Amino acid sequence: MEVRLLGEKKTLLVKVSGELDHHMAAKIKEEVDNKLCSSNAKNIVFDFSGLTFMDSSGIGVIMGRYKKARTLGGRVIAYGINAQILRIMEMSGIDKIIKLTPTFEKAMRLLDK
Amino acid sequence: MNNTMYLEFLNESENESFARVVAAAFIAPLNPTVEEMAEIKTAVSEAVTNAIIHGYENTVGMVHMEGRISERTVTFIISDDGCGISDVEKAREPLFTGKPELERSGMGFSIMESFMDKVEVRSKLGDGTEVKLIKTIGL
Repeated sequence: MEVRLLGEKKTLLVKVSGELDHHMAAKIKEEVDNKLCSSNAKNIVFDFSGLTFMDSSGIGVIMGRYKKARTLGGRVIAYGINAQILRIMEMSGIDKIIKLTPTFEKAMRLLDK
Repeated sequence: MNNTMYLEFLNESENESFARVVAAAFIAPLNPTVEEMAEIKTAVSEAVTNAIIHGYENTVGMVHMEGRISERTVTFIISDDGCGISDVEKAREPLFTGKPELERSGMGFSIMESFMDKVEVRSKLGDGTEVKLIKTIGL
């Protein structure tokens, strides 16, 4: 996992690779929440292009970060989602709450809107 | 093809991925599709995570995983000797979670039910919980 601050866009870019389960969710939660507190970021963009697996723990972690971003007046966007992960997102309805886009560029354009 | 396996591991969250890898390797000889493989790995992951988080709370215990293959039907039985579930029907409801403070989505059982052909849950307070996941490959 890699968390990068895009200061001019007040955004945290969170790259999650490998498998997002309960074990990984705890690490993402801690690192993203720390960076949200210690920076000017209010938006979160998840890069899931390197993610090969996700279970319901992923839904919990995205939902939790969505609530945090919303309190800061920000938004949550995710890109690079494969078919298996999209299915889990659709099942939980989280695809209707956060924005899903195919690429990083489209995610950045959405933030400018 | 008929086969059986048994695995036991500590309720450490690192072991969630270990359980998925074992489940995937066990069913590989049946040549499941990419989708079937993802469904079974996800369902196993949900059951194992439940045992780790809810079964033992903050105590140490072993999670048991039994795998069976009978022709093209795969069965995984995931169990713990933990606290048990007081209301199994309630726990199976979509979006219900006993641990909202841990940001659990409450989707675990819904995902298991949607990805497997059959899900059976047996639980006794103070005794533990057993989740049986059944799916026929290539149905």
